[in-house]
Amino acid sequence: MRDGACAGPQADYLAGMDTPEPYDLTTGRGLMACPRCDALHVEEELETGETARCIRCGGVLAKPRGGAFTQLIALSFTTVVLMMGAIFFPFLEISRMGFGNATSLFGVGMAFADGVLLPLVLAVMAMIVGLPLLRAFLLVYTLAPLAQGQAPYRHAARAFRWSELMRPWSMAEIFVIGTAVALVKVAGLATVHLGPAFWAFCALILVNLASRGFMCQTTIWDAIEDAGLHTDGREMARRPAP
Amino acid sequence: MTPGVPDAPVLTAHRAGLVGCRSCGRVWPEDQADCKRCGAALVPPDRRGLQKVWAWWFAGLIMYVPANLFPMMRTQTFAGLQGSSEATILEGVVELMHYGNYDIAIIVFVASIIVPMAKFVSIAWLAMVAGKPATIEQAHTRLKIYEVVEFIGRWSMIDVFVVAILSALVQLGFVASIHPGPAAVSFALSVAFTMLSAQSFDPRLIWRGLPLRSRTDDMGQD
Repeated sequence: MRDGACAGPQADYLAGMDTPEPYDLTTGRGLMACPRCDALHVEEELETGETARCIRCGGVLAKPRGGAFTQLIALSFTTVVLMMGAIFFPFLEISRMGFGNATSLFGVGMAFADGVLLPLVLAVMAMIVGLPLLRAFLLVYTLAPLAQGQAPYRHAARAFRWSELMRPWSMAEIFVIGTAVALVKVAGLATVHLGPAFWAFCALILVNLASRGFMCQTTIWDAIEDAGLHTDGREMARRPAP
Repeated sequence: MTPGVPDAPVLTAHRAGLVGCRSCGRVWPEDQADCKRCGAALVPPDRRGLQKVWAWWFAGLIMYVPANLFPMMRTQTFAGLQGSSEATILEGVVELMHYGNYDIAIIVFVASIIVPMAKFVSIAWLAMVAGKPATIEQAHTRLKIYEVVEFIGRWSMIDVFVVAILSALVQLGFVASIHPGPAAVSFALSVAFTMLSAQSFDPRLIWRGLPLRSRTDDMGQD
């Protein structure tokens, strides 16, 4: 997958590569297609810190980081701990003329709980609490054995794929911006104090950003594959493709 | 390196008779149904996939109409004695400007009016020109637009969260209370549908229309 390691249109263009048949144009073994533009690349092991870019659209194909699996596991645990705080501590407190109200995240969800709006409750709670938590669990499930160099658990590939599918739907950072807007809107109506859960949420954004920086999907897919699931024949050079 | 050097001949998985997995990048023979590595369904870059994009697009557009006509939330002060006010998305923005919160007003305006509109236009345009002949520069522009649409779509949810937070927080009994309006649901659905529409769009179609080399014989293949 390294720069320039592209499968050219002529087979002889690639014939002079060092290992015998590192790829197979009939079965797709040892090849990788850019998910954005479909350009074929020959898979190559990258060194830590290297970046593989698509020769056609320039998108990043792989960007492995040293110790990324351990870091990702640690960050997932951090997410769970912070989320627990964010759920149960008061989020915002409001007071006006002796009437006060403190709300936790569940309170935010329950605000919609009357009648027709119930589906929205579930959606909102899922987007800000459920999916981030679930993603953290799935990531730990996928990466914990891989970080120790063991074979992945059953359905690790599915767990990681689902975790990636959920990525756009976990919206904790958007929720925090929403909070800022809500604070301004309510400022004229009453006095508002930020609770500990709000700061937990801000910390979650940073954790999320760090996690994204360490995440390299291609590396994780390769690790899942090489550590025992379906091997592509690249590791055991002579086995015929299934 | 220079991505997409105009005269560099590129072999795509489709042209090689293979199909690439959009989820993990692994390449399989064209007749394979599911990726054996990650389990995702393998889909060839095909204009037929655009039907899904259009279906979600129309669903999103339909939900966007009530989202703008009905109130997002209802504010009651002093049990309605001091009046209860209902505000649609646009009225909410005007209200913020009225109180001098121009920066927040701009955030809300961009997130709930500009971004959804721009998203509808961009997705429709991308779906219409997908697979049509294009130059490399045009393809790069389209890919950039697609990435921006995909990145920015979720941020429209801000207004839904604002309503959720406000109606949970402002429950001060007699003094003031805020309740969500019907537009909150339809706006949330509209955002979700357009997100699904953008996700259904296959960016590989952007590159299908490029003259890869002088060969044109497999252009009418599907």
